[in-house]
Amino acid sequence: MSSVLIETPAATPAVVPTARRAVEVRAASVIYPAADAPVRALQEVDLTIAQGEFVSLIGPSGCGKTTLLRVIADLEPISGGEVLVNGVSPREARQARAYGYVFQAPALFPWRTVLANVMLPLQIQGRAKDEALAVAREQLGRVGLAQFENKYPWQLSGGMQQRVSIARAMAFEPRILMMDEPFGALDEITRDGLNEQLQQLWCRERRTVVFVTHSISEAVYLSTRIVVMSPRPGRIVKVIESRLPDERHLGLRDTPEFMQMAHEVREALADGHH
Amino acid sequence: MGTTDAGRGGSVGPVAVIVAAIVLLWYALAVWLNAPGAIERVLNPRGAWDWTDLVQTTWALQRPVLPAPHQIALDFWSSLVDWPLDSPRNLMFHVWVTGQSTLLGFVMGTVLGGVLAVLIVHSRTLDRALLPWVVASQTIPVLAIAPIVLVILGSLGFSGVLPKAVIAMYLCFFPVTVAAVQGLRSPQRIETELMHTYAASRWQALWLLRLPAALPFVFPSLKVAIAAGLVGAMVAELPTGAQAGLGARLLTGSYYGNTVQIWSALVMSALLGLALSGAMAGLEQWVLRNRRRS
Repeated sequence: MSSVLIETPAATPAVVPTARRAVEVRAASVIYPAADAPVRALQEVDLTIAQGEFVSLIGPSGCGKTTLLRVIADLEPISGGEVLVNGVSPREARQARAYGYVFQAPALFPWRTVLANVMLPLQIQGRAKDEALAVAREQLGRVGLAQFENKYPWQLSGGMQQRVSIARAMAFEPRILMMDEPFGALDEITRDGLNEQLQQLWCRERRTVVFVTHSISEAVYLSTRIVVMSPRPGRIVKVIESRLPDERHLGLRDTPEFMQMAHEVREALADGHH
Repeated sequence: MGTTDAGRGGSVGPVAVIVAAIVLLWYALAVWLNAPGAIERVLNPRGAWDWTDLVQTTWALQRPVLPAPHQIALDFWSSLVDWPLDSPRNLMFHVWVTGQSTLLGFVMGTVLGGVLAVLIVHSRTLDRALLPWVVASQTIPVLAIAPIVLVILGSLGFSGVLPKAVIAMYLCFFPVTVAAVQGLRSPQRIETELMHTYAASRWQALWLLRLPAALPFVFPSLKVAIAAGLVGAMVAELPTGAQAGLGARLLTGSYYGNTVQIWSALVMSALLGLALSGAMAGLEQWVLRNRRRS
């Protein structure tokens, strides 16, 4: 299964073969009933994400980017339309443990050590303890926290905690990684470092990533495709393919190509705001 | 954890002052309350007396209204050192009897409280159906329900420690239930959703998230519950005319007007209560040693 590595996710949504579609959203709407007028958090959204893509959802608050991610993750029901994850419903995909989810806050359990926190999903899946230990140690190593495994979450900085939560999401090797503004609460320097690590991680493993952010440079730096959204009602206004190479470094952000793309995203955001 | 060494050292002075004030007041009260009896029974028959005689007598009466602290201390001490451990005259013998039913009742009450809380948290129906009964149960005075429980359990053939433990349990389970319900509901939405994304079962969510999250809420209630259980165990000893236990010791003391004995038993039960909730505090510190949540 892991051999289905896509060289460049140049394929536009329309030509992705069904078997390689990680996420399919068709005319999905989310409407919250309210006393006066119902709130349309998402209106008839269409989006197809191929396996191995890194897709960012970007837009101002209230544009439904988090709602869209939560719908895909079966954390929120849809009011209309259809959503498929790996060809099945989000609920079935969740029960098949198809995705790892990284929240805005690390959500580490304070009574567990760093290592035990990373082992949590494996423990829930009923894996053997030795195996879970080995996997958790390896994942911690990949986010550069191997020597902190016996610390408790409160002994780590915010950035390190979020790295632990990424290691935890990766622990059971999900095919899809969903991230809801994972670095939103961190300072810019920490954030740059984590962006670089995440980009390298994606480049190495080519898992499908759905990433919610409100930072233009973060979206451009990380993504192979940027989905620009707009509020009231929440909808997609533009999808921008990245022209940047797959292997990236932070210096790329000073190149004309990067700035050009950032400009494009900014324009689309402004257009959506009318 | 919160107290600094400097703070602890600084509190010794004020505490000593308060203790000294209480002891002084106590001696004064003893003079005042025991004076009529002392004059009538001891001093007048003896002839002429002055203030010194009065004070000395009020602090050394056989059956004072209020024994002086040193009388209680002496009686307390002599019961511990002058009698073997298995003698009813040794307070430790009564501590053993009452402690047994307290601890058994505490364990039963904690288990009952925990099970009730898990049921209440997992079922909206049980939340509505059980909680009012749990609250209502505490409005019945334990003194009223104790004889009923003893009679019913006695007729079913239960005697000895169990009926007393049941009454201790009756007082224990309530604080545990309330605190455990609050604690089991304490995980934040993000933590619950995390378990949801892992497709964790209800049982796993309970065991891996809700229970550990509830512990900091439950421990303070255990300290309250074990002290309440001690009261329950002592009350349970009263209506049976029990021969042993701190409650029975209080009762026989009042039968024979032996106020010094009543007071030593009271002091002993206070010490036992302190020791039991202190043990709970120690257990809490050990179990939660790695927690810090702010």
